[in-house]
This record gives sequence, structure tokens and C-alpha cells, in this order.
Amino acid sequence: MYMPDFEYHAPKTLAEACTLLAELGGKATVLAGGTDVLHKMKVGKLSPEHLVSLKHLDEIREIRYQEGRGVVLGAITSHNAIYTSKLLQERFLSLPMAAHTMASNQICNMGTLGGNIVNGVPSADLPPILIALGATIRLVSTRGERSMALEDFFFGSAETVIAPGEILADITIPDQETTGSTYMKFGLRRSGALAVTGVAVSVTVAGDTLREARIVLASAAPTVMRARAAEDFLRGKKISDELLAEAGELAAAASRPRDSIRGSAEYRRNLVGVLTKRALRKSIDEGHV
Amino acid sequence: MSQVITDKNGVKRYLITLSVNGDAHTVLVKGNAILVNVLREELNLTGTKKGCELGDCGSCTVLLDGKPVDSCMILAVEADGREITTIEGVAANGKLDIIQESMINHAAVQCGYCTPGMVLSAKALLTKNPHPSEVEVREAIAGNLCRCTGYVHIVEAVLAASRGEIAPADQH
Repeated sequence: MYMPDFEYHAPKTLAEACTLLAELGGKATVLAGGTDVLHKMKVGKLSPEHLVSLKHLDEIREIRYQEGRGVVLGAITSHNAIYTSKLLQERFLSLPMAAHTMASNQICNMGTLGGNIVNGVPSADLPPILIALGATIRLVSTRGERSMALEDFFFGSAETVIAPGEILADITIPDQETTGSTYMKFGLRRSGALAVTGVAVSVTVAGDTLREARIVLASAAPTVMRARAAEDFLRGKKISDELLAEAGELAAAASRPRDSIRGSAEYRRNLVGVLTKRALRKSIDEGHV
Repeated sequence: MSQVITDKNGVKRYLITLSVNGDAHTVLVKGNAILVNVLREELNLTGTKKGCELGDCGSCTVLLDGKPVDSCMILAVEADGREITTIEGVAANGKLDIIQESMINHAAVQCGYCTPGMVLSAKALLTKNPHPSEVEVREAIAGNLCRCTGYVHIVEAVLAASRGEIAPADQH
């Protein structure tokens, strides 16, 4: 299969990578796991003059806990590194499980967390659960760095606020009071399928009261989106099956899915309702799963 | 990085070293050379197959530092200095691996195109997890598409190999 020509760069440090990107301007594309970038190049959707590989940047490959900040995940952490991380399995098993179910073992060994975010597609499996957990991201460039909530990163399908010359360095899941979270994805097959629709939730339960909930939808709008009306409706209410079903209906009403080869808009909207209800129940009963 | 050689037209080539099945191979490649093509065409290791060439089918599976990856979606320059195992490196001293023997005896091979990748995914699984459940076997080979056998014999063969057996249960 045809692969366009480009010049390859493999900087040794994050600072060096930033300098290189600043020099090359819009002519360069950042290469991490390659599962999206090389795919786009092979099918003729992308033909950069330069590829800047992040493969040597071990400084953004690790997952660690930082006191007072939370769990910090380097952007080039692979999906399987997330799946097998003891730290994440103990604190937020919902994220390793989302990483595990997103693609084949091969792709999970190659693809990176940062790539799944920066690619910006609404079917990506990791942003919803990360947003449900209140994750923030750090973008770096020669101009300095900026941090923001992950949910503010996306503004359209494959459109994000990342500027030329910027590199996503790491993602932080802050310390939090949530008692449970989960990501439920509906795909056309059990493995290796993109989400027809997915719903991530986090909940903070006190006794029989749902103090707080976050509901984040994948493949239900041009971008990953929060179902805020449903979140507001749930705040401080006594937990019941009827309550969760009603929240599901509010989330479905707020969704803006499209018809595509993987499912009709009507089907997806229905799925949002069902998955929201089930994901809330699961995270209330089982914690971070 | 590896040594860069620029020709008179300004085309850059990279002198990289791939450690394949325990042997170091130094090859000169362009930046856009894909690992599966270098393995097949430069090193003549044609056991690694090309199917979809887009990371979906798994027929190009090799082990990179012991982990299964799709070699159609990796630049050769990115594999510089890494340990690669292809299907040619699974049998040792002319003796097939137990997974290969078991797949033959279970009739887990029909056209054979998925088999090299399937064997490598199974090999990586059994190295990490010598006694997997059926679900773990199915998950491990989920990125290797077989359009002939329907997976049943393949899963049985891998499970048998994990028990140290090579013959199907009904032939015992």
C-alpha cells in the first residue's frame, strides 16, 4: 500500500520536540503510536512533509501518582500500559477497562492515550471516562505550557484547541470524592469495534443519595459531550431505578447523534438512554469498574 | 538516532539495526518504509503476511519487545534497536513450537494466511500467562482475523498447547 514520502525526526527530549515543531510549523505532524497517523497517510487523508516521532520521550510515557495532584498519565502511555497499570486498577479500574475494550491486543500495544485524545473523534473510548473523572490535560510548546479541563479540548469532530507547535504532554486524574465510575460501550462486535455509542459516568454516593453524577457521551454528538441536564436532575436525589431511567431519557434528549454506517441517529439516541441508566446503576452498586 | 545518509537528490535514508529472531540486521531504509515490507523484502522473512495493511486483520503480527503488534502500521525507523520476533523465529533448531504442533493436529489451519500472526499472538499470551482461560485465549487472538475455520479449532489448539498437549482431546 502506498505510503507518502516525508522527513522523519526523532527528538530526544520534549523540549527538543517543541523546538522542532516550532521550526517546522504547519509542515509537521506528530507521530506517537501511529495507529491513526499512519492510517490516514496510507488512505491518502494526510501527507505531512515532516513526521516528528515522540518515541524517545520516556518522560511522557509513565503513569505515576503525584501527591496533591493525582494520577498523572504521560501522553504516550499505550492502551495496554493503562490496562495493566496496578495504580489505575486499584484507583480507577474503569479507565483500564475502557482501554482494554477499545481495540485488538496489537493496537492496544501500539496506540497511545494522547493519540486517542488528540485525534479528536467522537467515537474515541478514553476521553469520555477521563472527562467523567474530571481529567485535565497539559499542552506544551516553545511558548510555555497551558492546562485545561479535557472536556474543553474538543470543539468539533476531529477539531480540538491544540495549536500548531503544541504537544499534549500528560493527562491528570485529580484526587476526588467520587465513589464509582464506569464506561459502557455498545459496538457491533465484542472486540475491535468502534463505539456505536458509549456512555461514561462517575457518581458520588452518600447512603441512598446520589450527591453528584457526571454523564459523558461518546459517538452521540459531533464531539464527546456531557449530558448536563441529566447531571443536574440527579444531583442530591434519592437513588431509585425510576430516577436513573429518567436521567437516561434526559441524556438521550440532549444527545445529537448522526446517522452513519454503524447506526442510525434514532438507534443511537435510544442507546444513550439505556446505557446511561445501566452505567449509573453499575457505578452506584460496584464502584469504579 | 541512527546514521542518516542523504543522496544527491536530497533523499534521506536511515541506517537502522533491527534485531530479528536474535540476529542483528543493519538495513538502509527511507523514512516511509513500513516494517512489514522491510521484513519481507529486505530480510526475505516472508512468513509475516500482508492482509489489510491498515491494522485491522492481524496477518502481519510480529512481536516487538515480546508484545504483539501490527507490523503494517509501524515505520521501520521506529523499530530501530528493538527486538522483533517473526514466525520464522518461533520454531527452534528445526523443531516446531508446541503451539504450531497443536494447531496442525487440531486442523486449526485451513488456508494458512492468518496462521503466522495467530501463532505469534498465542505465543505472546502463553509466555505471559501459561494457563489462560478460553476467554483469555479468545481475547488474545481477537486482533487476528481468520475467515476459514471459525476460530473453534484455533482456540482448542492454543488451550491444548497450554496444557502441554498437542493432540485433540478426542484422540487420546
